Amino acid sequence: MISFFFFFFSVIVIASAIVMILHKNPVYSALFLIITFFGIAGFYFLLEAQFLAIVHIIVYAGAIMVLFLFVIMLLNLRQEARMPIGKPFQVLFGSVLSILFLSQIVLIIYKGSVTGKIGNFPPEKINELGSVEVIGGKLFTDYLFPFEAASILLLIGIVGAIVLGSKHLPKEE
Amino acid sequence: MIPVEYYLIVAALLFAIGVLGVLMRRNALVIFMSIELMLNAVNLTFVALARELNSVDGQIFVFFIMTVAAAEVAVGLAIIISLFRLKGTINVDEINLLRG
Repeated sequence: MISFFFFFFSVIVIASAIVMILHKNPVYSALFLIITFFGIAGFYFLLEAQFLAIVHIIVYAGAIMVLFLFVIMLLNLRQEARMPIGKPFQVLFGSVLSILFLSQIVLIIYKGSVTGKIGNFPPEKINELGSVEVIGGKLFTDYLFPFEAASILLLIGIVGAIVLGSKHLPKEE
Repeated sequence: MIPVEYYLIVAALLFAIGVLGVLMRRNALVIFMSIELMLNAVNLTFVALARELNSVDGQIFVFFIMTVAAAEVAVGLAIIISLFRLKGTINVDEINLLRG
């Protein structure tokens, strides 16, 4: 059953990602990217990271893609909608590079094995304690400093977006 | 139980598709979406390996990556909007001057 869902989600994710980069209209690209995100959330469910799957749907499909669609509709993209995908040498060069890159990664995965310290949170223990509790506990103890740094980063992001997006850019003295 | 290598290969495929999108598309918005796709591929790798190694540290890293991605999208889209106001296009081949 799990393997059926795995192949189902892989087909959805890969196919909609390919359509996303090939479609000329950016609105359709954004919609196919949302499908990809839902597929990735499905993978998180299969990997028993339920909390992460929900957060992923809320943040990516709910916030980031809405922002993308807003910007696509704010900009008048009639010309860009008819824009060809790229010059032929760009397509050729890009395909060759990404196939080379993919074959390198697949070679590493094929030849290598997973090493690393085994942690003390097997899936049964996470399910018993609850995914939120385990992640929250780690986040507020071991990872407290990165957590606080992330809040400052978000603040800078808000301020930067307002400053860059405002119509009246500050005049230089 | 699916072996972890399968997840890694799906993530590698997604990352390669993202690289292809950045290299061959000329629309700045689609390039940006491809970058999001690559970030998601890495997130999938993190979660799969966290499950394999019985650890939750990978999941916490995914949270931080999501935070950075959200901030990046807000600032990046604001840059794209101001570029469009300045140049009237978001074709990255035509945006080739550093000065406004």
